[in-house]
Amino acid sequence: MTPLVNIAGLGVAFGGVPVLRGVDLALGKGEALGLVGESGSGKSVTWLAALGLLPRHAQVSGSVRLEGREILGAPATELDHVRGGRIAMIFQDPASALNPVLTIRRQLCEALALHRDLQGNAVKAEARRLLDLVGIPDAGRRLEAYPHEFSGGQVQRIMIAMALAGNPDLLIADEPTTALDATIQAQILDLLSTVRREFGMAMVLISHDLGVVAENCDRVAVMYAGRIVEEAPSNQLFADPAHPYAQGLIGALPPLDGPRRRLTAIPGTVPDPAKMPGGCAFAPRCALASEPCGHAAPSLAPIANDRRVACIRAEAFRRALLGIAAE
Amino acid sequence: MSPPLFDVSTISRSYAMRSGMFGRATAVHAVDGVSLAIAKGQTLGLVGESGSGKSTTGRIVLGLEPPDRGEVRFDGKPMAVPETAAWRAQRARMQIIFQDPLGALDRRLPVGAQIREPLDIHGIGTPADREERVRDLLRAVELTPAHGARYAGALSGGQRQRIVLARALATKPDFLVCDEPVSALDVSIQAQVVNLLCDLQAQLSLTLLFISHDLRVVRQISTTVAVMYLGRIVEIGSADDLFARPEHPYTQALVSASPAPGRRSAGRIVLSGDPPNPAARPQGCAFHPRCPRAIARCASEVPALSAIGGERQVACHLATGAQTRNAA
Amino acid sequence: MGRYLAIRFGRAALTIVLVVTFAFVVLRLSGDPALMILGPEAPPEVLAAFRKAWGLDDPIWFQYLDYFRAIAKGELGRSMRDGRPAIELVLERIPATLALTLPAFFLKVALGVPAGIYAALHRGSAIDRAVMMTAVAGFTVPSFVLALILVLVFAVQLGWLPSGGQDSWRHAILPITTLSLGGAAVLARFTRSAMLEVLGQPYIRTASAKGVPWRKVVTSHALPNAAIPTVTILGFMVGTLIAGAVVVESVFAWPGVGRLLVVAVANRDLAVVQCILLLVAMTMVTSNLIVDFLYGFLDPRLRAKGAHA
Repeated sequence: MTPLVNIAGLGVAFGGVPVLRGVDLALGKGEALGLVGESGSGKSVTWLAALGLLPRHAQVSGSVRLEGREILGAPATELDHVRGGRIAMIFQDPASALNPVLTIRRQLCEALALHRDLQGNAVKAEARRLLDLVGIPDAGRRLEAYPHEFSGGQVQRIMIAMALAGNPDLLIADEPTTALDATIQAQILDLLSTVRREFGMAMVLISHDLGVVAENCDRVAVMYAGRIVEEAPSNQLFADPAHPYAQGLIGALPPLDGPRRRLTAIPGTVPDPAKMPGGCAFAPRCALASEPCGHAAPSLAPIANDRRVACIRAEAFRRALLGIAAE
Repeated sequence: MSPPLFDVSTISRSYAMRSGMFGRATAVHAVDGVSLAIAKGQTLGLVGESGSGKSTTGRIVLGLEPPDRGEVRFDGKPMAVPETAAWRAQRARMQIIFQDPLGALDRRLPVGAQIREPLDIHGIGTPADREERVRDLLRAVELTPAHGARYAGALSGGQRQRIVLARALATKPDFLVCDEPVSALDVSIQAQVVNLLCDLQAQLSLTLLFISHDLRVVRQISTTVAVMYLGRIVEIGSADDLFARPEHPYTQALVSASPAPGRRSAGRIVLSGDPPNPAARPQGCAFHPRCPRAIARCASEVPALSAIGGERQVACHLATGAQTRNAA
Repeated sequence: MGRYLAIRFGRAALTIVLVVTFAFVVLRLSGDPALMILGPEAPPEVLAAFRKAWGLDDPIWFQYLDYFRAIAKGELGRSMRDGRPAIELVLERIPATLALTLPAFFLKVALGVPAGIYAALHRGSAIDRAVMMTAVAGFTVPSFVLALILVLVFAVQLGWLPSGGQDSWRHAILPITTLSLGGAAVLARFTRSAMLEVLGQPYIRTASAKGVPWRKVVTSHALPNAAIPTVTILGFMVGTLIAGAVVVESVFAWPGVGRLLVVAVANRDLAVVQCILLLVAMTMVTSNLIVDFLYGFLDPRLRAKGAHA
């Protein structure tokens, strides 16, 4: 079966400095995929590049196929149809994600006019229905309001309504709750999972928060320094991470219950993209690194059904997993 | 238990806020009748969402802002009158670090010189002593003396926060207020700084007031945790117990909203309604419009913070302490 | 809203009073008008009579109050040179000045704004660099230098256009060009940076991400936002319509308000100078008021503040 989206060898460089260094990722219809990693790991850039939303001076290479059709470097008219119509995207900062000088109605109806065959009053009625759907009270009147008249959580709801306007097959949510308070974050995540179920959409949830991703996604890909280092069903990843970086991230997260333990911090910092170490980019911070790690960057290798890891110890993981399965 | 190093009783602070440029001024109660005490060498965690008054509380505790009502006592004595010798001596014993280390540092001065600055201001030691102290401090925050010659712009976020911490520790304070110190850092770096704070606290027997919206980090570092909502403490108790068995419906929602790997979102308590607005505080219990369990009484009567067994205190008409008692 | 307006107007009136006071003080301190007008050889009794006739022998604070009392009644005094009402002298020069500054204003906008937008949209391209270099040259070269260069090239060397005077429309070409180039340069740079700032905003990415074609992203999302800061500088330019051509009018011997001002200052013709300054202050203040109201129209965030008040 053709995946909904298939990314192969995606690379992005800014002024000759690579920030994305060969990303391979496939996403099925209706699937919820989490993308975790620290700042600078390339998780947002991956999707901005796929949708052609990076600044002009970014050098993008590789392939992004939507149901088998190449969209990387596709003509503008075709991309405009994909953006919002097939793949919608929402962003982190609610304060500046909406145009401050246009009413919510203008911004919602714009999306509807682009992707739906609606005329006249039907456009406004649909806009109101969408606002209702995402839980904005008094939708009819609020359509005429401007973005600054809404709270951060409400703006994120409006962003979701706008994303739904085009009936997309895939929603990319880029850190959608990072700027929001805990109880509002819970509301937005709840809304996202509801609309995903109702619309049968696939979703990519980009987050630095392992907990958010774990709870809301079927499958998780962990990124480090412009590459995917591990990909697994989320329950397996969090119960039994294979890549030392994934292990480090999970160990660095303080538990909310059970006994307190000293956090296992990953030493050092993320490498500067301009001074990327040769071989595995994580090796300088890795407790398990050995001499061969500095030679060549390991590629993503399957270690089980649905599980891939980019580490020279992948074969050992595979055997260990098989061993457990054999018992 | 040792006597409290810090003791604030029923402090309140309100601001006049205008709606729009020339609107009518309304009083916003940022902090309303908060009492807290911290024993020497312990950490009090203060959690809450934006507008809960946790940062204002931190500033009042440090004497950076006077309370409208209530009293702040440090080491058994009331806060000294500002700009006196006693006040300066008191101030040298307490420090604060913030979320944004870059904003707290001067970009045009080597960071080593900035760590030295408080020593110069308070006239501590000879110049040679101060240089030695700067090197010690850099090592204490797990950097090298070579880092002291660098500028803030040339350091990573985690390293900058270590520099801010080193500067705060320069005068050997007894008391440190940390206002969201790791919120801007990536998870792996956050763990480094949290571990460092825990180590330094043990080594230097520091007393900490740790303010954060992140329940996990607060629990990791705190002995006692207070939960604030719209300027009031709604629940307070020992850190492990509070998060394991929250009594107040708001604490329950917060704990439930904190995502955990390996748990699916089913059964999460999702509060309805907007985040609390300090300028329009509801009558009665401030939380009642969003509370899934609110009864008629909650809309009219403000619940007092009262003990329900053990160290736990809750401000809720419905809290019976059943959870806590069952566990005991 | 009423209070907001009252405060704006109050501030505007205060600005005018301050400008006029400043002019009054500076002019009284810088020399004796009687000596300037009648010459150093004039007999003392003539000078005394002149001072008495114009009220120059009254105490200075009395002159000052008197001056404001007159303004309040709409009397702006008479020229000490030829005794005609100062306002008349100034008003008859305004059409000549507007004949230069109005076309120049439209040219500035027509050249500067599109150039700035184009440069921002093609940032880093050869055209962007060319526009920016021209713009830097345009506002670093003083207008009298630019005026002289234009005269040298088009009047002296090529002989296509007259170098001064006001006899036909051809005489206006060089002054208008001089005025427009500098202003267009300032406007281009300003528009470009306003536009770049807006294009970097997350809501522009939001619009692209929902499939809005780039041309429409620019016209319906970026331009309305970039217009807000650009209006400020436009307002300032409107404010200089009356007296923004002092240098250019002098170089090209154009009989407008600017030249009248230069002559009146040189002659210590106080009433005329003060009349012009009052007029300038009023146009500046009025254009600022217009800008404030345009802000409210362009930016709903400010409108909301006004509505609350």
